[in-house]
Amino acid sequence: MTYIRKPSFQHPQLETNELGLTRRDYEGTLTTLCGGCGHDSISAAIIQAAAEMSLEPNRIAKLSGIGCSSKIPSYFLGKAHAFNAVHGRMPSVATGANLANKELYYLGISGDGDSASIGLGQFCHIVRRRINMLYIVANNGTYGLTKGQLSATADLGSKTKSGEESLYDNIDLASLAIELGASFVARSFSGDKKQLVPLIQAGLSHKGFAFIDVVSPCVTFNNTDLSTHGYKNTWENNAALSQVDFVPMREEITTRYAEGEEKDITLHDGSVIHLHKIGNNYDPFHKEKAMMHINQHKAEGRIATGLLYINQKTSDLHDLTNTVDRPFNVLGEQELSPGNSTLMEINEAFR
Amino acid sequence: MKPTDITNPEYFHKVVDCQWACPAHTPVPEYIRLIAEKRYTDAYMVNWHSNVFPGILGRTCDRPCEPACRRGRVEEQPVAICRLKRVAADFKEDIKDRLPVVPADKNGKHIALIGAGPASLTVARDLLPLGYEITLFERDAVSGGAMRTQIPRFRLPVEVLEEELNYILGMGVNSRFGEEITSMKSLLNENYDSVFVGTGAPLGKHLDLPGYSEVQDRIHTGIEWLANVAFEHIQAIGKRVIVLGGGNTAMDCCRTSKRLGGETVTVAVRSGFDEMKASPWEIEDAIAEDIPILNFHVPKRYLVEEGRLVGMEFEKVRKELDENGRRMLVPTGEEPVIIPCDDVICAIGQENSFPWIERDIGIEFDRWELPVLDENTFQSTHEKVFFGGDAALGPDNIITAVAHGHDAALSIHLFCQNQEVTERITPLTSLVSQKMGIHQWSYDNDISNDVRYAVPHAAKEKTLKDINMEVELGFDPELAFGETMRCLNCDVQTVFTDQLCIECDACVDICPTDCISFTDNGTEAELRSRLTAPADNESQDLYISGALQTTRVMAKNEDLCLHCGLCAERCPTNAWDMRKFLYNTAKAVNA
Repeated sequence: MTYIRKPSFQHPQLETNELGLTRRDYEGTLTTLCGGCGHDSISAAIIQAAAEMSLEPNRIAKLSGIGCSSKIPSYFLGKAHAFNAVHGRMPSVATGANLANKELYYLGISGDGDSASIGLGQFCHIVRRRINMLYIVANNGTYGLTKGQLSATADLGSKTKSGEESLYDNIDLASLAIELGASFVARSFSGDKKQLVPLIQAGLSHKGFAFIDVVSPCVTFNNTDLSTHGYKNTWENNAALSQVDFVPMREEITTRYAEGEEKDITLHDGSVIHLHKIGNNYDPFHKEKAMMHINQHKAEGRIATGLLYINQKTSDLHDLTNTVDRPFNVLGEQELSPGNSTLMEINEAFR
Repeated sequence: MKPTDITNPEYFHKVVDCQWACPAHTPVPEYIRLIAEKRYTDAYMVNWHSNVFPGILGRTCDRPCEPACRRGRVEEQPVAICRLKRVAADFKEDIKDRLPVVPADKNGKHIALIGAGPASLTVARDLLPLGYEITLFERDAVSGGAMRTQIPRFRLPVEVLEEELNYILGMGVNSRFGEEITSMKSLLNENYDSVFVGTGAPLGKHLDLPGYSEVQDRIHTGIEWLANVAFEHIQAIGKRVIVLGGGNTAMDCCRTSKRLGGETVTVAVRSGFDEMKASPWEIEDAIAEDIPILNFHVPKRYLVEEGRLVGMEFEKVRKELDENGRRMLVPTGEEPVIIPCDDVICAIGQENSFPWIERDIGIEFDRWELPVLDENTFQSTHEKVFFGGDAALGPDNIITAVAHGHDAALSIHLFCQNQEVTERITPLTSLVSQKMGIHQWSYDNDISNDVRYAVPHAAKEKTLKDINMEVELGFDPELAFGETMRCLNCDVQTVFTDQLCIECDACVDICPTDCISFTDNGTEAELRSRLTAPADNESQDLYISGALQTTRVMAKNEDLCLHCGLCAERCPTNAWDMRKFLYNTAKAVNA
């Protein structure tokens, strides 16, 4: 970690967004993670994504559990709302918060321990319940905070710095999310912001449960040549299915690509995901093909990254449970407790 | 782009903007750090070796370093480099035991220096420790040249001047003061091994307008008048004074007039304020002494009544550009401006003058009457004769004269040792890691947000009454410390080792000024347009690494780097390291 604060001097031509804020205004406190930790790059990607989208910090809620990953909400969007839940229980808190106020952007930050081990049950249920949020897992295949044991996402045969070899197959959270009904599933790499930033922007704009599994190397405990979650292996085997551009709803699409090479996906809020296909003819709308692709790549020792799956037709929890239009937290006492006569009417309906 | 060759000493030298801009290439950040540590004597000696007159320059330098200072690119004001130099001089201890030892046994070579100003004295200082015998001719009775005659004592106290002159004179110069050389031919016949000309630009210009011949005794030439004041030949001036000109000499003339009895002192400048040649701080100091500066006033004639100067007539003009974009001063058509006066001081420029150098002895002059020189060696077309300071390339400043002196001394040394004068020696450099621990550096990398500290001034009521009272009081140690903390330590270089980089982006994420990018390689123009943040300042280099694992390169924009070292602190593999680059120009002693 670093002990001095980041100097406040900034590039004189640093762009300001529609709110008059620069990227620097979206920073948080000084990171306490190891220098070179992938998680810091995820923070930087979130900062860039939010600044470019001109998101109002007070309209974002950051939620996390426990672990190196779950510390990072301190390091970005210092002026946003935040809740640091107990280990693996961020999904419950996110569900509650989203029920109370559906008008915020919910950004869940978790890690492989928090979501694939202690919180695996909670993870499955929040996917299933289709909470409208972006859930990011900073996945390093190791328990960095307890000094480098293998985690449940470590690939079979991968070795940690101390030489411990993973004897079990890994839990692939992206496949699990697709399986359980997530409507936006992506995978990316902390080192590749060109890909990660537009995916975060698209995930925030997507209505429904969006999930990004980010390979985020633990530079201290899991960055050897024998680790499948290290920088070297990830750079070498990063197989992008498509190149992703995100166009916020306010901007006109000016670049046009050759027919058949590209696909525009218009999101719920009017913004557009622009996919350039690379090599293969990947179809991100097909659940089974997505799973197949992930598995094929894995068998080849490669990591399928990019937008893996998207389904814009699904509903979120509020649609499914038919909640009122106004968020619960702004309803008054009269509306929340309409009195004895209304209760009598309801009771009457059951007779 | 090709990977940057950081083994070329000029690459990192250029990153140290202040040092690069300094004609003598003084290692500025190095002495500023020493001041921060209260090692004033050490800071002084770093200066003394490089610029010879730290106490004098700390008060009078034209400070080309300050407009170059990187701090001015990330906030409003550069570091007060010049006044920090003065701090080193003000608070140093006795330095006599640190001066170079002059050998008792001479090397048998005898050099004549003409004019005892900064250029000649620098040559003397560089050559005496090598065993040369030095004879210094000066037409005045005392040494110092322009430093004594052109700079008023309220800016440069005589004790400060003489202290630094005496360090050199005390090294064993044969002083021939009060002796004007009137013939180069006869001097050359005296069989000196080499002759150095450092006679400055001694000829002031006057303005011959209608009325001039009638009242010539009340019309003064700036540099001559200042010299006469310095030697106390002039101790008074009329109550109403007009100073013509917009350079530093004009500023010194008007402020001096105020102290010699001038009650209404007016400066009139032909051009606009933004074209005035005077340093901004000199203009500020004049204005602070309630001296009005009138711009766009073109002098037309001296007004004479009954054989007495009573005023001056000016035409008001405005600036226009002709079709070639050249500036023209066009009369506004307004009524002429009459300013009453008793004296006029013309500070409108100075010229070189070499009536004492015969034109048939092999020293060629160009059409501006300047000697034809090799600009690197300062050798004239007569192999034995070298020039430096204002005498060489026309009027400039003290620090330039010092730089010329160093170069000429090296040339003279090479010449006297029968070596090729044009074969210069490479600078002395070192590049050393400043890492002390995991997050500990040997320099203070926590950047101060303080704005520039102002130097305290003595009360105007007092200083205007005493021509010898120094106006600037200088920083006290506490203010000086605050100012030193503003220095960004640009000499502590960000050195990148591509073989160690794992492309984790940690440096990109932490860099406060978005200097670092990892990107596909390309041409310079193209790279500048697609880095993390724009890199429009083409006077500042891009530092390009070799290809990395992903075939991308690291491209660092040197322009706005704060040298805070956070890239190196965050780097997990030490691919970034902060290394102090010390650059000293080679002098005669290194040959």
